[in-house]
Amino acid sequence: MDKVIIAENLSLAYSKDETIINKANFSIDSGSFVFITGASGSGKSTLLKSLYGSLKPIEGSLVVGGVELRGVANAKLNFLRKHLGIVFQDYKLVKEWTIEKNIMLPLIINGYEKSIIQSQVDSLLKHVRLKHQSGKYPLELSGGEQQRVAMARALAHNPILILADEPTGNLDDYSSQLIWNLLEGANEQLKTTVIVVTHHIPEAMKIEYKHYHIEFGDIHEVI
Amino acid sequence: MKSFKNHISLVIALVSILFSLQIFTIVDRSIDAYKENLAKNYSLVIVSQKTVQNKDMLNKIKELASIEELSPDSVIQKLNTGISQKNIELLKVTLPKFYKFKLKKYPTPAKLEKIKKLLLQYPYITKVETFSNTHDTTYKLLLLFKNVISVLAVLILLVTILLIFKELRIWQFKHYERMNIMGLFGAPTWLRSAVLFRLSIVDAFIAFGISFVVFSYFSSSIWIAEQFENIGISVVVFDKIYDSLLMLGVSIVVSILLASFIVLGHKEEV
Repeated sequence: MDKVIIAENLSLAYSKDETIINKANFSIDSGSFVFITGASGSGKSTLLKSLYGSLKPIEGSLVVGGVELRGVANAKLNFLRKHLGIVFQDYKLVKEWTIEKNIMLPLIINGYEKSIIQSQVDSLLKHVRLKHQSGKYPLELSGGEQQRVAMARALAHNPILILADEPTGNLDDYSSQLIWNLLEGANEQLKTTVIVVTHHIPEAMKIEYKHYHIEFGDIHEVI
Repeated sequence: MKSFKNHISLVIALVSILFSLQIFTIVDRSIDAYKENLAKNYSLVIVSQKTVQNKDMLNKIKELASIEELSPDSVIQKLNTGISQKNIELLKVTLPKFYKFKLKKYPTPAKLEKIKKLLLQYPYITKVETFSNTHDTTYKLLLLFKNVISVLAVLILLVTILLIFKELRIWQFKHYERMNIMGLFGAPTWLRSAVLFRLSIVDAFIAFGISFVVFSYFSSSIWIAEQFENIGISVVVFDKIYDSLLMLGVSIVVSILLASFIVLGHKEEV
């Protein structure tokens, strides 16, 4: 099976003195569903940041979607990011844009035609049960609704890889379930690789998944 | 209201730059017009032992506009009492020639001194009267006026630049999050900064529009025309083609520079 992520002797740090991930080795198969768990401050979010190129490895190699991220040039990083769907813990929605425009963002960046953009956004808004709120701004929505918008945005352009950082962190049961269903659906139906950083793996997972755990700067698979 | 607030600060800063630029241009034109006026009424008086060859002199001294011989008749008439006609004719021949030299431009004191030296190099020119005392005082007054206006224009420019830097920080803060989010989804720099450039170009046009209307009004104002008439000059307050293009150019360049600073200074959040 193709590997969508290959990390060899990967070290990550925000400063020279403090290494968060230390010489980790792991790989993730294309089309798999992966949970990454670990205690607070263990480096889960740091690892996720490195997967979308916000934090560059200080040592070793990290290849995501065929792009080596150590010392990657901006143009190549933009190319990779166009094929990623990212769900952030703090949603990262553009406040001055309507939720409809927020969902359009990756489609605009990927150069889709206007008609396709509109039909895709309409369909996603229905999926996340926010069709009736399409003209609202993010700050007019609840946390759960904002996260559903972020989820729709991450799925909009059929990415090869979805990276989700605590996607259901502070959400109500309804929104949480909707998000898990969407992630499972993307993985099952579109064969999208999904990597979720979380404290707790939901008990009601309907699909097969892999589980990696971060501890003391090391990443190992939990079998 | 929100959209108005987005534009107002940069528009004010740009308008003040355009105003100081245009006022400086008007002052510069007024001084040039005044100098021309002074040059018209100003001339050197030359005493020569023989007839001056106008063509030759005009070719050699480029600053000269015209040469006019002064008739000695009025002097001779004063001496006329008791002198025979024969002696008067003799006096006419022996008297030196007097000339009035007009200049193309009102010269600086240094330029005037240079012209005087050039004229005195001709062996037959015995005296050059430049009326330098009066000339220097007028010239220095003009220079002082121009310098005061220049200092004021520079001060306005400095205050405006400070305003623009303040605006730059606000814009940086306001657009940082959106640019960051777009970057996380792989938007190239041009797409991330498109809104910023669009905003700044719109502001440049608004500022230009305001300045255009105000100076168009000034240029047709009778009161302003009267002020210039009072000092005997006529000045183009606002050239609708040349000044408009200059204003529009400055406005667009400043606002694009502002947007470029923000784009170049943008660093992705880690």
